[in-house]
Amino acid sequence: MINKSLKELAALLAAKQISSVELTREFLARIARLNPTINAFVTLDEERTLAQARAADERIAKGEAAPLTGIPIAQKDIFAAHGWRTTCGSRMLENFIAPYDAHIVQEFDRAGAVNLGRTNMDEFAMGSSNETSHYGKVRNPWDVERVPGGSSGGSAAAVAARMCPAATGTDTGGSIRQPASLCGLSGLKPTYGVCSRYGLVAFASSLDQAGPMAKSAEDLALMMNVMAGFDPRDSTSLPREKEDYARDLGKSLAGLRIGLPREYFAEGLDSGVAQVVQNAIAEYRKLGAQIVEISLPNNKLSIPVYYVLAPAEASSNLARFDGVRYGYRAPEYADLNDMYCKTRAQGFGAEVKRRIMIGTYVLSAGYYDAYYLKAQKIRRLIAQDFVEAFKHCDVIMGPTAPGTAFKFGEKTADPVQMYLEDLYTIAVNLAGLPGMSIPAGFAGNLPVGLQIIGNYFDEAKMLNIGHALQQQTDWHLRLPEGV
Amino acid sequence: MSLNLSDVKRIAHLARVQIDDADAEIALRQLSGILGLIEEMQSVNTDGIAPMSHSQDVTQRLRDDVVTETDQRALFQSVAPAVEGGLYLVPKVIE
Repeated sequence: MINKSLKELAALLAAKQISSVELTREFLARIARLNPTINAFVTLDEERTLAQARAADERIAKGEAAPLTGIPIAQKDIFAAHGWRTTCGSRMLENFIAPYDAHIVQEFDRAGAVNLGRTNMDEFAMGSSNETSHYGKVRNPWDVERVPGGSSGGSAAAVAARMCPAATGTDTGGSIRQPASLCGLSGLKPTYGVCSRYGLVAFASSLDQAGPMAKSAEDLALMMNVMAGFDPRDSTSLPREKEDYARDLGKSLAGLRIGLPREYFAEGLDSGVAQVVQNAIAEYRKLGAQIVEISLPNNKLSIPVYYVLAPAEASSNLARFDGVRYGYRAPEYADLNDMYCKTRAQGFGAEVKRRIMIGTYVLSAGYYDAYYLKAQKIRRLIAQDFVEAFKHCDVIMGPTAPGTAFKFGEKTADPVQMYLEDLYTIAVNLAGLPGMSIPAGFAGNLPVGLQIIGNYFDEAKMLNIGHALQQQTDWHLRLPEGV
Repeated sequence: MSLNLSDVKRIAHLARVQIDDADAEIALRQLSGILGLIEEMQSVNTDGIAPMSHSQDVTQRLRDDVVTETDQRALFQSVAPAVEGGLYLVPKVIE
């Protein structure tokens, strides 16, 4: 049961071979058994979850089921969900019960999916290892002494340990793809503007994008059919027709041109990861794809540019946490300014404060042009690299992360080392392109992800490309020991 | 540009984050490392390049000037640290 695809689960529900309540209870029981070790979930509410499952069963009985009706889905703790504690991994929101629903949560409710619980994450989505969460680190189900990646590490570990069939994530610089790679699952960051950011706790608004995390590309397609769509409440949501993200599944890849950026296979890439990625590319060659060498000459600038733009936007977005309207307030203070300063010093963790300070600095008088404006200009150069590359290929492939899951504490001493985790993912956010990671094999005993980058709005094509590999291999169905 | 301890304290003040001397020392070291990383940008020629904020270069949508929000004050204030009579309570700012 736990390794079944969303489509298979939906078929079992439709055939009344299992009820949504039974299915939900099975996953809740797995969470009860595995979560004390993995720490993937920060909040559970069995009563609320089972009420949704019962409602789904009634809907199925009436013959009104949609594709995800009755299927339990875990939600990253960044999406506001009415009546649910929504912490965003921070002490600042420890007691925050969301008074409204994020657009994506509404869409899952409308689809009849069951909200299984809230997944752990790096604080305010700032991190690549889940070590910055106020609610404790998440452990990687493949090796509990190692990180699951981040920031959507709770969602990734929950899917990897089969504590849920699928989960939501968000990706600002790699936060869906990198944990998907490190935990051996499939994850998609859609084109910027495809999924509404309404009700998503803002980190860097020009980069944040929600997306699905699941076992297979086919499951991602079904999740996207629920998550994607125009929402007037998000000013950067793109008005587009609804599309069926599963429409291309099964199409031939003959003649597909795969671009391999030479910068993605250069210094800094682990040799075991490189081998797995090359093996996956060889599979695509067998499926009829052609390989083209391309270049993304400005890729190495994506990290400096990101660490100006993302902290700048974060420092502005996180100014709202002032201890006045919601969230944490320091217990003792001398005056209003002291209340702000103590509230923020106590409510935010070290990495969040670091990024707020960097952002404040680069936006401060006298430095704006040298840092923020300069970064926005180089952002265009980075985006233009992709425009040029897509003249010669249909999709781009490479590693998702430079290595496999690393040990706790290995990269926490030096923030810059942690930032290099996102060397291959950040440029995709800066350009606003869709990016996906799918399991491609193992280096040692640890999973390795293959990154597939598509042109704007090419998600359906990318999902088929991922699906094609998953018809030839079973990496996405492998289970960690002990789950 | 290299930072010093008083810069760090000034930045912390602008960001409204209280910082003690020991933490400021650590922040100085870490922020300097990050600024070193960022410095790589300065070698790039960006003359004539337009800054980019959205990949699709969209413009802000307009909508009809009608009321779309309902009054949810009581609901929204239910999560506030301190309220009284529909108002948010903060320390006195005017003597």
